[in-house]
Amino acid sequence: MAESRSVATATGPSGGLAPPRPGRRRRRPVARHRVVQAAFLVPAIVYMLLFFGYPVVKNLVMGFQEYTTRTFYTGEAPWVGLANYATAISDPVFDRALLNTGLFTVGSIAGQFTIGLLIALFFHKRFLLSGVLRSLLLLPWLIPMIAASAVWRWILDTDNGVLNRTLGLLPFVDGRPAWLTSTSLALVAVIVVNIWLGIPFNATILYGGLQEIPEELYEAGSLDGATGARAFWCITWPQLRGVVTVVLVLGVVYTLKVLDVILGLTNGGPANATQTISTFSYHMSFREFDFGVGAALGNILVVISLVFAVVYLRVNRRAVDE
Amino acid sequence: MTAVPITRRAPTRVARRAATSRPPRRLGHTILGVVIIAIMLFPLYWMLNVSLQPAGNAAATPWLPFDFSLRGYETAIAEQGGNLLTSLIVSLGAVVLSLAIAAPAAYALAHFRFGTWVSVLLFAVLTTQMVPGIVVANALYSAYSDLGLLNTYGGLILADSAAGIPFSIILMRAFMMGIPASIIEAAYVDGAGPIRAFLAVVLPISRNALITSALFTFLFAWGDFLFALTLTTTESMRPITLGLYSYIGGFVNDWSPVMATAVLSSLPAIALLIVAQRYVAAGVTGGAVKS
Repeated sequence: MAESRSVATATGPSGGLAPPRPGRRRRRPVARHRVVQAAFLVPAIVYMLLFFGYPVVKNLVMGFQEYTTRTFYTGEAPWVGLANYATAISDPVFDRALLNTGLFTVGSIAGQFTIGLLIALFFHKRFLLSGVLRSLLLLPWLIPMIAASAVWRWILDTDNGVLNRTLGLLPFVDGRPAWLTSTSLALVAVIVVNIWLGIPFNATILYGGLQEIPEELYEAGSLDGATGARAFWCITWPQLRGVVTVVLVLGVVYTLKVLDVILGLTNGGPANATQTISTFSYHMSFREFDFGVGAALGNILVVISLVFAVVYLRVNRRAVDE
Repeated sequence: MTAVPITRRAPTRVARRAATSRPPRRLGHTILGVVIIAIMLFPLYWMLNVSLQPAGNAAATPWLPFDFSLRGYETAIAEQGGNLLTSLIVSLGAVVLSLAIAAPAAYALAHFRFGTWVSVLLFAVLTTQMVPGIVVANALYSAYSDLGLLNTYGGLILADSAAGIPFSIILMRAFMMGIPASIIEAAYVDGAGPIRAFLAVVLPISRNALITSALFTFLFAWGDFLFALTLTTTESMRPITLGLYSYIGGFVNDWSPVMATAVLSSLPAIALLIVAQRYVAAGVTGGAVKS
């Protein structure tokens, strides 16, 4: 406080709306005022340059280098051109990881969005306890993802998990699906858990969007006979379109980089059945200690994200105009 | 000034009117609503149930914890207590750092006339959302290794603020845009400079936005797994998320301490939802809380 007060006194009366003094003296305090204003932004800019700008640039460079544990001792990271990209792409795991990334993203988003929208529509009609229930819905999203992964591992356990025990009670189901340990089911299981994690976010944002739609539109619509499903397609959906686009694009960008859930549930296994570009990059850097290949994979992920970034920013631009 | 609004404005007139009136009864809706939430929260119930079982390796966990036992928690606290403390220190540090960096920036972006720079900076803030965590971790690991920041509180606090700072800038700016310029100008007329106007006028008015930002930054840092996994290498410096991961990394033959740890790691989220419900809801929608 003491420091700020002295600065405030220094810039004092000449700042802001105070009447300008005649002559040259007017300029200096105003210029200083400008410097103080810019100083508000400096810490944030420095932080973003160090923790977002630097990593992106550093990864770009590392992608062209042989960067291994030896680099940490010798400080040498020889240039290898596109060798890291060649190694990454020719790895048999890469095709699998790319396909999984696509399936994981599309599957997660489709599930989260559809269920989230249904829940949002349901809660849009207010009823007794609706507020409390809506808050409780947030819990899966607020707890650490690794805690959620831990409990799902036990729920999905082949022999003693509660899911298979329940399925066992049903007369027409036979066998115990190995949710997390069979190559054909593991990706499905991971997607289901990620859908569960994403529902609260989707439902809450879409609920917010629904609340913004003026009640008058529905009143006018009902006069013209638009109720139920018709009201949804003619009024709700078009009005919600902006929010929907934001939710979907954000969802894709966030889902592409998911790591916690997959590492917590399957570690990318069994036999790379749940490996995505993100986990593959982690694996190459922090398990194989081949940071160059890990960086190359990270860069590929950034390029995929960038395609969506264009859409994302265009959406935000459009939101301005409205 | 309104070049790139990122978040939607606070609740509309219609919504606010609705929020103040009593909800209609509709019992059928309430029952269905309870069923939906019960299904969604079942995994969390299961976490609690297993954590209270005397032996978590039982072939079939009972549906209810009738054989109530705190043994799981005793083991969890004995083995993970230090990790919980590490997470607490790191998360509180991230809150302080994030607010100190984001609040002035949010104010500047909302009220100072920087022209196109405002758009450029907001664009940069949005772009950070596209950077995958693994890219940041990959680059930070070698930088931290050189700087001696691996396995330090400072290193984790800095990295764990990466989610909170952009979020807080966006959220607080949306709120601060709503502060009338006349209030701030009045402070200038009284002889305050930009710093004093910020500290004495803007921050107190923005209390709700600051609280919301702080809560979410805390939860982001508390739940961080990737930086915990990549930027620490010793057992002495291990956040709770990594402690939990080391539990489930291999074959688990006793689930009660594991689930007890999961419950303990979820406590901040549960506590915040109970104590600060309206701030949490505001944070998710990214809108501003009206004071």
